[in-house]
Amino acid sequence: MTINPNAKMPESQQGTEIYNFDPLIVKYHYEIDYIHSYAQDSEFFKALGQKKLLGSKCKKCGYVYATPRAHCMMCGAETEWYELPKEGRIHSFTTCYFGSEEFLPETPFHLVLVEFDGVNSLFLGRLIGADTEDLYIGMPIRAKFRRNLKISPTDVYFVPTEEAGKKK
Amino acid sequence: MSGERRNVYMVSGGVTKFAKATPNMDFRLRVKKAFDYAMNDINADLSMIDGSVASYFSDHFQRQLMSGIMVQDYLGLTPKPSKRIEGGGATGGLAFQTGYEEIASGRMDTCVVYGFETMSHVNTWKGNEFIALASDTNFDYPVGGFYTGYYAMMAVRHMYEFGTTVEQLAQVSVKNHGNAIYNPYSQSPMKLTVEDVRNSPMVSYPLTRLDICTMSDGAAVAILASEEKAFELTDHPILIKGIGTGTDSMRLSDRPFGKVPLLPNEKESDYRNLKYPGVHSFRAGRTAAKEAYEMAGITDPLKEIDAVELHDAYTSSEIQTYEDLGFCKYGEGGQFVEEGKADINGEVAVNFSGGLLASGHPVGATGIMQAVFMFWQLQRSIKKHFGNDKLQLTNPKRGLIHSHAGTGTYVTVTVMEAVR
Ligand SMILES: [Zn+2]
Repeated sequence: MTINPNAKMPESQQGTEIYNFDPLIVKYHYEIDYIHSYAQDSEFFKALGQKKLLGSKCKKCGYVYATPRAHCMMCGAETEWYELPKEGRIHSFTTCYFGSEEFLPETPFHLVLVEFDGVNSLFLGRLIGADTEDLYIGMPIRAKFRRNLKISPTDVYFVPTEEAGKKK
Repeated sequence: MSGERRNVYMVSGGVTKFAKATPNMDFRLRVKKAFDYAMNDINADLSMIDGSVASYFSDHFQRQLMSGIMVQDYLGLTPKPSKRIEGGGATGGLAFQTGYEEIASGRMDTCVVYGFETMSHVNTWKGNEFIALASDTNFDYPVGGFYTGYYAMMAVRHMYEFGTTVEQLAQVSVKNHGNAIYNPYSQSPMKLTVEDVRNSPMVSYPLTRLDICTMSDGAAVAILASEEKAFELTDHPILIKGIGTGTDSMRLSDRPFGKVPLLPNEKESDYRNLKYPGVHSFRAGRTAAKEAYEMAGITDPLKEIDAVELHDAYTSSEIQTYEDLGFCKYGEGGQFVEEGKADINGEVAVNFSGGLLASGHPVGATGIMQAVFMFWQLQRSIKKHFGNDKLQLTNPKRGLIHSHAGTGTYVTVTVMEAVR
């Protein structure tokens, strides 16, 4: 048993950053590392290392997705992995001059929604190797892969094909 | 699909002035102010309230989980029933409809729906990051991580499919910022020209700074009641005539290319070659409109609806939404604004308050703010609440409010009607 009426909280040299006194506004820091599992979508990320782009094909209704999804949105059945073509076309695009804090240093960058022959849905990616005024819907583009993987969907990105500049 | 429901009325509302930052009040006090305004407007006291619904989007912005119960407690509504509703940008619309359900089901006779968001605790670009966490964090966030970018791609496709122009997008901004000049609650009233909008900094091609709403701190409160209670509380309750909700895939990439779900004023031959929704349209918005119109018995929306408050987080989404709501055919949204049909004195007054673009967008409060402005419009009490009657329509009978979450994942449509 301890009864100590003279107990004292230890003092520290760390203070709080104050932005304003009235009202009192202080800095509050928050940071966390997640133990993030890609779970049933893991194969997609692993395949990027082998320069393969995996979508999903429904075993029951045959719908083909340009994205990983283990179950079909159309009928609810299980899908299987489906290797997408390396070449596709721009379905839509934008150039971001601003962005979330995390991506602000990378601006400006192009986003593209990619359509592939024989595939029913689209794929979101970054495109490099062209200026905004060069981009157009229907532009032929090709998937390229990072050598040093970040285990992120940006391990694949797109560039214009040789033909892209010819037929705007 | 629908069984027996009780009639539900809105009986009062309150809104705080939306602002970029109001550090002198926290979310509880902000809701309290809007709540007291609404309660005082009908001389109600706490004993008259059966329960509540809390509406807020993000736990990240405040770094506080269970903010809802802190408001419930601050307002003096404990130990009454309450729950929190969340669905991105559509949080407010979903919460308002949940309040409707509490009363339509017979569980409550009066229900307070309170919405709030405090977005000023982080800088604008961190705020954009938090909002982007409401896109698929495995596949979309790491690539773009920016909602304006997603909407910009939809706008580019809409322009390609239908010939919509950037000037037409800009006209939405001119109209809504202009309306807001007469709304004392608005965050960014401005007299603008199309050139001003096009010359402001490009954020994501083709959307400029003035095509996009800002971050806000704010709160809004709506009080709903059963028929019997409504007429005890006020002489001018507004009937909730129809509600509808739609959803769509989280990833834009997964949107299908099928057929348009038709409204009564459309036929299949209107859209023979249109692949729908693709990324040019919001299938959830159309689905929500269809359900709400069926319930409200609306067959010709443009003729039967006088005023609309819709989710214009981007100018492009306002144009896309005219089409989802059937005010014009798919593809005609650009012309619709260009011809002045959405003006305050046009065929349907769209975003007479200034919308999200100019009133502000404190996410959880937004859908409820729309309900409050529409309530005052249909009550013909705009002058009392705004201090001027510039935005008051002469004899508005029916209004529509529309709340929308990220790239059209959740959309709600609610039809409100003046009963006397
Ligand atoms: Zn299937």
